[in-house]
Amino acid sequence: MITIQGKGVSTGVAAGPLYFYQRVKSEIARTTVTDTDAEWQRFKDAQAKAIDQLGELAEKARAEAGDEAALLFETHQMMAEDLDYEEAIEEGIKGGTNAEAVVSDVSVQFAEMFATMEDAYMQARAADVKDVSGRIIAILTGAVQGGIDSDVPVILAADDLAPSETVQLDKSKILGFITEGGSGSSHTAILARTMGIPAIIGVGTQLKSEYAGRDVIVDGATGTAVLEPDVETRARLMKKREEQLKTLEMLAQLKGKENVTKDGHSVRIYCNIGNPEDVHTVLTNDGGGIGLFRSEFLYLGCDDFPSEDYQFEAYKRVLTEMDGKEVVIRTLDIGADKQIGYFNLPQEENPAMGNRALRICLNRPEIFRTQLRALYRASAYGKLCIMFPMVTSVWEVREAKKLCEQVKKELTSEGIAYADDVQVGIMIETPAAAIMSDRLAKEVDFFSCGTNDLTQYTLACDRQNSDLGRFFDPHHPAVLRLLKLVADNAHKNGIWVGICGELGADLQLTETFLSIGIDELSVSPRSVLPLRKKVLETNVAQCRDKLLGDLASDQTQI
Amino acid sequence: MKSFDYTITDPVGIHARPAGILVKEIKTYPGVTVTVTKGDKSVNALKLMALMGMGIKQGDTVTVSVEGENEDDVATKIEEFFKTYF
Repeated sequence: MITIQGKGVSTGVAAGPLYFYQRVKSEIARTTVTDTDAEWQRFKDAQAKAIDQLGELAEKARAEAGDEAALLFETHQMMAEDLDYEEAIEEGIKGGTNAEAVVSDVSVQFAEMFATMEDAYMQARAADVKDVSGRIIAILTGAVQGGIDSDVPVILAADDLAPSETVQLDKSKILGFITEGGSGSSHTAILARTMGIPAIIGVGTQLKSEYAGRDVIVDGATGTAVLEPDVETRARLMKKREEQLKTLEMLAQLKGKENVTKDGHSVRIYCNIGNPEDVHTVLTNDGGGIGLFRSEFLYLGCDDFPSEDYQFEAYKRVLTEMDGKEVVIRTLDIGADKQIGYFNLPQEENPAMGNRALRICLNRPEIFRTQLRALYRASAYGKLCIMFPMVTSVWEVREAKKLCEQVKKELTSEGIAYADDVQVGIMIETPAAAIMSDRLAKEVDFFSCGTNDLTQYTLACDRQNSDLGRFFDPHHPAVLRLLKLVADNAHKNGIWVGICGELGADLQLTETFLSIGIDELSVSPRSVLPLRKKVLETNVAQCRDKLLGDLASDQTQI
Repeated sequence: MKSFDYTITDPVGIHARPAGILVKEIKTYPGVTVTVTKGDKSVNALKLMALMGMGIKQGDTVTVSVEGENEDDVATKIEEFFKTYF
C-alpha cells in the first residue's frame, strides 16, 4: 500500500486502475512496403476499428445529448469508408508506401479540397477529414487517440492537462484525476468539478510511471490517493463513497425547489459550462440558466478560426435546448493559460497581463465580428446575454458595444432575424473594473464577477502556481470588499450582478454573497443542489449586519 | 432511369449531416444508383465527400437521377428526402 498526498480539488471517492494520459505522437514514418496486399489489409483493419470507435462515440453522444449529436460521429464513420477516399488510399498503398503515410497524404489532399471551397461551412469540414484520418493513423501507429485507450474506466494520471486536451477526453472512461502539477483553478480541476468526479492535484514526483495499471482509490475531499490499499483502508474508503452517494440522493430531492432563504430572499442559481454537451448536466441538476458559457471550446477544438455558421450552430443549440432560460455566453477568452496555435500570438513575458480576451478581440475586430454575428443570429432562438471578459476601462466596453451595433445593423440590412432584448454585460475580474464599476454600470445590463482572475489580479498571485497555495486566498477581505463595491454600484444603477467564478459555489461564503445582494450565482452543474440546500437554510436578515460589519471592520481574516 | 430537378432551399446547401443521412437512406435501397448532377459535374450520391465537394449551395438547382430496382418508388422517396433535408 502506497499513500500519495496532494491537494483535493473536487470531492468524491473513486476506485479503479491508474492510467497515464498518452500524448499522440505527431511524427509519421514513411517507409516502402513490398507486401502491398498485407499493408492494404492493415489499413482495412484500422479503418474497421476506427468505424467501431466512432460508432461507440455516436452511441455515447446519443445517450448524453441526443440524435443530433450522434449524427456528427455517424458522418465521420461515412467519411472513413467514403469510396473515393478509400480508392485514393488503395492506390497509394499499392504504389508501395506504408499505410499511415498514405492516409496522411490522402487526408491532406481531401482536406485541401474542402479548405479551398468558397463556403465557410465546407472549409470547416477539412477538420472532419483530418479528425477521421488522425483516428485511423493513431490506430495504425498504435498511438492513443483522445488520451485513453482502455476498455474499463480509469483513474487518469497526468502531469497536467491542457484545455484542448480536456475537451477531447472520452469522459465516460474517467473515474477520477491525479495530476502532478496544476492548481485548484486549473482546467483539470474545473473539468473534474463539472463532471462531479474526484480530483487530486499537485502530487509532484510521488506519482511514478511504474504505478500504471495498479489499483488506486482517490479521495478528493482529503486529497489522498491510495495505491493497492489494504483491506481495512479499502473498506473505510468504500464506506465513505456509499455515504456520499446517499448525500447525492438526498440532494436530488431538492430538485424543482425555489432558491429562497428562510426570510424570503431569492437568488438565481445558474451554471458554468464549456461545451454544448454540458447543457444536459445543467438540466439534470436543475440549473436555472447558464451564467457562463465559455466559448473557447469552439476555438480550441478547431485547427483554424471557426466559421460564423459553425459558431452559430453551437450557440443556437445551447439556446434551443435551454428552452427560454437565460444563457450568458462569454465572448472569446484566450491568451494567458489558454493558447491556440493559429492565433499566432507572440510569446509574452507575462501572458496573464498580456494580450488576452477582449484585448485580442478589440485589436483584431475581424475575429470578434464573426463571433458577434454568430451570437446575434443565435439570439433569435432563446434568451441570450452576451458577456465581455477582461475589461479594465469604459472605452473598451463602448468600443465593443459599437461593434455589436454594427453587427445588428448588418443583420438587419441582410434581413436576418435577431432578438431585440439581448442583454450585454461584462465580467468583473480586474481590480480596475471593480473600482470603476460605478461608471461601467451605466454602460451595460449586468455584471458577472470572475473570482479566479479577480483574486489573481487583486492579490498579485498566479492562480496556476501550485507553490502559492496559501497566498492565493479568494476569501481575502480585499477580494470580498471589491465584490461588495461592485454589487452596490450595480444596484445603484439598476442592473443585476452575479458571480461566475469558482467562489460562487463556496458554501462558506454563501451568506456573505446573499448579504451583499448578489443576484445570481453561476456554479458548476454539480454544485447547484448543494448550493440550493445552503440557500434554503440561510436567514439573511439574521446574518447580514454582522457579516457586513465584519467586512467593513477588520474582523475578517487578514 | 427516373429523374427530378430540385432547387436547394437550405441556407447551408448540401452539407455533411444531411448528406450523411442521404447516404444511409440510399443504402436501404439495394441495387439502386443515385446520381446528383449540377452543371457539367455528376457524382454518385453514395460518395459523401465528392457530393459535399460539389459545393452545392442554397439556390442551386440540381438534377437527381435514380436508376435500378423500383426506381419510380425510390425516386419519389428520394425527392421527399431532398424536400425535407435540403
